[in-house]
Amino acid sequence: MMNGSTIIFYLLALQTLTCGLLSVSTRQIFRAAIYLLFSLIGIAGIYFWLQYQFIAAVQIVVYVGGIVVLIIFSIFLTQQAGEKLPKQRLGRKIFSALAVFCAFALTMLQVYQHDFNSPAEAAQPVTVLNIGKNMMSVGDGGYALPFEIISMLLLAAMIGCIVIALRSKPEKT
Amino acid sequence: MMEPGLYHILFISAALFFIGVYGFLTRRNLITMLMSIELILNSVNLNFIAFNKYLWPGKMDGLFFVVFIIAIAAAEAAVAIAIIINLYRSHHSIDVVNDEDLKY
Repeated sequence: MMNGSTIIFYLLALQTLTCGLLSVSTRQIFRAAIYLLFSLIGIAGIYFWLQYQFIAAVQIVVYVGGIVVLIIFSIFLTQQAGEKLPKQRLGRKIFSALAVFCAFALTMLQVYQHDFNSPAEAAQPVTVLNIGKNMMSVGDGGYALPFEIISMLLLAAMIGCIVIALRSKPEKT
Repeated sequence: MMEPGLYHILFISAALFFIGVYGFLTRRNLITMLMSIELILNSVNLNFIAFNKYLWPGKMDGLFFVVFIIAIAAAEAAVAIAIIINLYRSHHSIDVVNDEDLKY
């Protein structure tokens, strides 16, 4: 018996995996970016299905609204319009697919053989209030220090991007 | 068809991880390799969320790991794209086969 929730989960899984596969296999780079976008939206849908609404919102804002747009802009800056990517050697494709499939089979074998313990503790509601309190807490289980380190990392990354992408001035003689 | 649980999400995340690895091995364009890395990072996030939801629902450690991974992934993508654009300016190509100045 299938209920609506199960059907939605399988549809989201299908969307994520199909679009991910098309994204790494299509030869048109712009289509690869669009397939990546739909794959990331599928993952955000799975987060919604798991009732982690905050993570789903962050996923949509940062990945779909930020990183994919950045990738599309860099495609516009570096690719010629309508030009397909060069074909890869068939041997490389076959060996990569074989290696990846064997690794996947091994991983899934290990996962299905492992018996995960069922949780002992009561569920804590994942509300934005709880997330904010834990994020800013300096006590046990608080994440104030990583939060500050991440903000420093983002600042350093921003300055680094500006320095790397600056067009160097012609030298004065 | 069973009720979706932890094993289903682990299957999706493992499949997505290895799709990303396949893309990373077969692609030779830097932007498409970056896209494969994004897929790999997303599969890791899915794993953290699934373990947090099904095995340790009383804690929020998995959720915070995901938030920090997303922040680091954003910084990484921005720096990578700055490097790619700079490389395109100096070499007029972002194919890894053509950029072998640092080889040997």
